Amino acid sequence: MTGRSADKSVNADKGSGLFGNRLRRKEALTGYLFILPALIGLIAFFAFPTIRAAQISLTNWNLMRPAHWIGFDNYGKLWADGKFWDSMQITLLYVIYNIPLQTALGLIIAVLADRLAKSVLFRAVIIAPYLISNVVAGLVWLLMLDPLIGLTNAFLTGIGIPPQSFLSSPDQALISVAGISIWRHVGFTALLFYAGLQSIPRDLYEAARLDGASESAMFRMITLPLLRPVMVFVLVTSVVGSFQVFDVIAVTTQGGPANSTRAVLWYIYENAFQFSRMGYASAMSMVLFVFLILVTLLQMRLLRADSSDLG
Amino acid sequence: MSTKLNLPKLFGYAGLAVFGIISLLPIWMALKTAITMPTDVFSTANSLWVNNPVFGNFLRVLGLPSDVPPPANSGSPINFMIALRNSVIYTGLLVTGQLFFSSLAAYAFARLRFPGRDAIFYSFIAATMIPSIVLFIPNFILIRQLGLLNSFAGMVAPNILMLPFAVFFLRQFFLSTPKELEEAARLDGLSWFKVYWHIALPLQRGPLATLAILLSIQAWNDFFWPFLVGQKENVQVMAVALANYQSQTGQGQPDWTGLMAAVMLSIIPVLILLVFFGRRIVESLQTSGMK
Repeated sequence: MTGRSADKSVNADKGSGLFGNRLRRKEALTGYLFILPALIGLIAFFAFPTIRAAQISLTNWNLMRPAHWIGFDNYGKLWADGKFWDSMQITLLYVIYNIPLQTALGLIIAVLADRLAKSVLFRAVIIAPYLISNVVAGLVWLLMLDPLIGLTNAFLTGIGIPPQSFLSSPDQALISVAGISIWRHVGFTALLFYAGLQSIPRDLYEAARLDGASESAMFRMITLPLLRPVMVFVLVTSVVGSFQVFDVIAVTTQGGPANSTRAVLWYIYENAFQFSRMGYASAMSMVLFVFLILVTLLQMRLLRADSSDLG
Repeated sequence: MSTKLNLPKLFGYAGLAVFGIISLLPIWMALKTAITMPTDVFSTANSLWVNNPVFGNFLRVLGLPSDVPPPANSGSPINFMIALRNSVIYTGLLVTGQLFFSSLAAYAFARLRFPGRDAIFYSFIAATMIPSIVLFIPNFILIRQLGLLNSFAGMVAPNILMLPFAVFFLRQFFLSTPKELEEAARLDGLSWFKVYWHIALPLQRGPLATLAILLSIQAWNDFFWPFLVGQKENVQVMAVALANYQSQTGQGQPDWTGLMAAVMLSIIPVLILLVFFGRRIVESLQTSGMK
């Protein structure tokens, strides 16, 4: 090290001697060298493709003919494309089926586990579905929900409910896909809430109990507010993730039956990789990008993500 | 345990038990189906166990000689032995690269001083905001133009050099470790790379192992990108092979026993990791929501 004054700023090249300069320049060079592979990855596969996607969205490229610049035509087409808005609506519905139930169940399980089952074994059990892939979760539930051999219908019949067609019914397919996703993710959500609960000081509850607060009052006044940082993380990541549902649909319904599960990512995928409409698909992906940024900002705002309840 | 078991507590335990069962039952049913004779699938559908378990379904989806004949309705067989091998190669390549390049970058972000350091670091974090589909279309075109479709190089290229989560994760650990040892080594004339490789990295053995487990599970489960660029038999990973095997079924009943045997083959490595490293996995996932 070359002394305190030189440490202050990397840019302060002058005034600390030639030796110090050389050392610092070498350190900076080493730094760039160390991050170079990752930086190449960032530029080549994240930054550059994002710009390229915006560019392609202004063309009619279909991989066969050279791309023609068509301005904002794809966006105009998208605006008038009923199928696109249907897919957005299906996705929104999917998010609505998915998120509230998953979050509420995760919270309930976390609170129960915090009180009654602190062993790591229980957490390992509930995290198991999260560790297997969406594809496998989809296939396993294809078996569980099968109208002929699925255990779910056997169970329903057992308690006096007529068998349902689940994934093969236009009315139930989307809910079924959401159910599969909830099954896979709820344990992880519960785990995050559980970790949040561990960080709440226990004497808060003791003080509240001395003041005669009821269980539900303590949950509303202590647990929920102090879980807000975790809640923000859970909601922001799971909502953005839900809007991008794809894998489970790919192995269970492929957008059907009767397009009832044609979520927006499936529709973009069809356009890009089945019909080679790269320009149009890119335009849709850009719209989705902007939409997801807005959704995230809105959530941060609603959840007051930047302020704390402690202190 | 107190003798006074109150009712809410009892309901609580019951709820947790039901939830635990729901978590595991579908996996159990997949296993049960995998060891069922194809001809018995319908007659044993509602039972939780089969009386005469067979292993032939595993053998036949692995392309090995098997005494269990495939059902008449099964499509053209997919060799899951090759898919398993491909998954191992894909996961191995990806995780090795991610660990090396991400730890190198994380070390620089934590310890070295260079102009623009923090701005570059935050742009890494910002990259996680971009939806994958936005990137998949141009990246697919790039990989196609490079002639890397259906190659491991094309499959690992987009994520092998940098994974924002890994950089972020390791930077935190480097930052929370005292740097006196590294400074002493620098004064002794060790190069920055040697300090990183021989001193800083070995100190992070625990976090690196945890990260390796998490990244392996994630890579093993990857689907969308390998599905787009790795469809040929010699590169298709388990998740892609499973989806293809299922989609060739058409309208009829799939080859349930073969499909579930392949499903079990794909999740057994993950379940083994969970059994051996359960605490480590649970605790590291648990903290992934904290920042």
